[in-house]
Amino acid sequence: MSTPVTESAPIPARPLPTSYRSTKVRRQRVRAAWLFLAPMLVTLTMVAGWPLLRTFYFSFTDASLSDMSNTLFIGLENYLVYDDGRWFGVLADPIWWRAVWNTVYFSVVSVSLEVVFGVIVALVLNAEFKGRTLVRAAVLIPWAIPTIVSAQMWAWMLNDQFGVINYLLMALGIIASPIAWTADASYSMWAVIMVDVWKTTPFVALLVLAALQMLPKDCYEAAEVDGIHPVKVFFRVTLPLITPALMVAVIFRLLDALRVFDVIYVLTSNSTSTMSMSIYARQQLVEFQDVGYGSAASTLLFLIIALATIAYLYLGRKQLQLGGD
Amino acid sequence: MTSRRLSKLAARAGFWLLVALIVVIAVFPFYYAIKTSFTPSGDLFRVELWPTRATLANYVQIFSQRSFLQAIFNSILVATSVVFIALLLGITASYALGRVRFRGRTTVLLVILGVSMFPQVAVLSGLFEVIRALNLYNNPGGLILSYTIFTLPFTVWVLTTFMRQLPMELEEAAIMDGATPWVTITKVFLPLMWPAMATTGLLAFIAAWNEFLFALTFTLTDSQRTVPVAIALLSGGSAYELPWAPIMAASVVVTVPLVVLVIIFQRRIVSGLTAGAVKG
Repeated sequence: MSTPVTESAPIPARPLPTSYRSTKVRRQRVRAAWLFLAPMLVTLTMVAGWPLLRTFYFSFTDASLSDMSNTLFIGLENYLVYDDGRWFGVLADPIWWRAVWNTVYFSVVSVSLEVVFGVIVALVLNAEFKGRTLVRAAVLIPWAIPTIVSAQMWAWMLNDQFGVINYLLMALGIIASPIAWTADASYSMWAVIMVDVWKTTPFVALLVLAALQMLPKDCYEAAEVDGIHPVKVFFRVTLPLITPALMVAVIFRLLDALRVFDVIYVLTSNSTSTMSMSIYARQQLVEFQDVGYGSAASTLLFLIIALATIAYLYLGRKQLQLGGD
Repeated sequence: MTSRRLSKLAARAGFWLLVALIVVIAVFPFYYAIKTSFTPSGDLFRVELWPTRATLANYVQIFSQRSFLQAIFNSILVATSVVFIALLLGITASYALGRVRFRGRTTVLLVILGVSMFPQVAVLSGLFEVIRALNLYNNPGGLILSYTIFTLPFTVWVLTTFMRQLPMELEEAAIMDGATPWVTITKVFLPLMWPAMATTGLLAFIAAWNEFLFALTFTLTDSQRTVPVAIALLSGGSAYELPWAPIMAASVVVTVPLVVLVIIFQRRIVSGLTAGAVKG
């Protein structure tokens, strides 16, 4: 699921006015604040901070799943090593690079499609018409369905022999013979993207809809009086105004897409033509029991996502500044 | 005049066509899953959009499997425990982050945001070690612990946004009466926070109910699995003939409660999802 933590800047606290901030009350409150934070911080350290550090550490060792305590420090060998005239390690594995390319391709294509469709759906839901509440409820359904279930549902609909999609496409004369959507390497990535777009467009649509509903009404009235074409109004007025909300939706969708695992795992399992970085890392870690090598892949995934986030925030800020000039 | 009226009519027709298209695309896959779940397995080779013969056999089959019932029980246990822990830790943390100004506050908020962003796979091996050390491997306890990694940051963040919006007069009055911060939280804020807690609790429940990667990795036997893993592995039996009708029946069973909840609470969920997004 998308993590809907969505705020561009940290929330400012709402302190009491100065008159109440006598030192005693204040000191008591600060002490209480840390006391109240402690359980959360301890939990997050245990499930996030410490395991992350251990993953980094394992990536420099030969740890295996059956024996994670007796490990040997092997430096960068899991990443890249030259041995006997050949390169070894994650960085020398063509399947890893395939997984990187698949993940990036999947993320860029599906997030772009979700933004386009999300904006269209949000514009429709923002219009006033009879039955709007019902349509909004219908749009929420894909979002409410667990990813695994939606992957299974689509796997069945995309079934090459008995699937309803092939049946409809053949009935409409679009295709002549059934397509093996999830097995055929030239279609499987598109099948995965389609399922992801279907499932997560509602999330983007809801964020955009919330932004649309806060837009000032008067500039639209002015545009209507001046007889400006609605399409022009959309690109000149609406789109710039909802860009901040879109940026938030895009970054959260992008971070989610870069770590994609479950849709691909269920639809096409470990096939190389759709393998994502998460699938690659987990396969090494759990199925091949190679914790060291798998951790190296995980660490690289972490670094790629961290870099993507930093680049996005940097570029986004630049663009916003340019837009503001 | 007529051409103008005609183009207006065309625009209206186009709009309704778009609405119809959106509704069909959103609803059809779920409808088709429901339809399949009532179809006798022998009829599946014939593609049909409406059921000609309906049967409950698929539901009878999945509910007679002990492992499926056990999986539903595990999912409920894990998801409710995760919600309870996330709300308990989240409400106290959000008081500290939303109402008190102290040094290190921004750092804590950024750390929380960072944790909510990083990929689950990145902690997989480290978390595996922690869970094994605590003897929680192949145990719902291990899942409850590991799920706090994505429910807790989100709960804290949204509750902090809500906590901040409460009027400060309430807290001033409590302090004037000599209430400690703990009393202020439980007696003053908690009653006002129920709507926000219901929203975040529901979203955390859905996230925990749907989680797959940890559930797949940290459990081993059928009796400890959660629903998503059970459904994903139902197909693992044979690669050639998958039991699609029972899979769809199981899918419908675990999805209908969620869809109903989401539709009932759609306003709340939208406000929870967008909390801060547009204001920020």
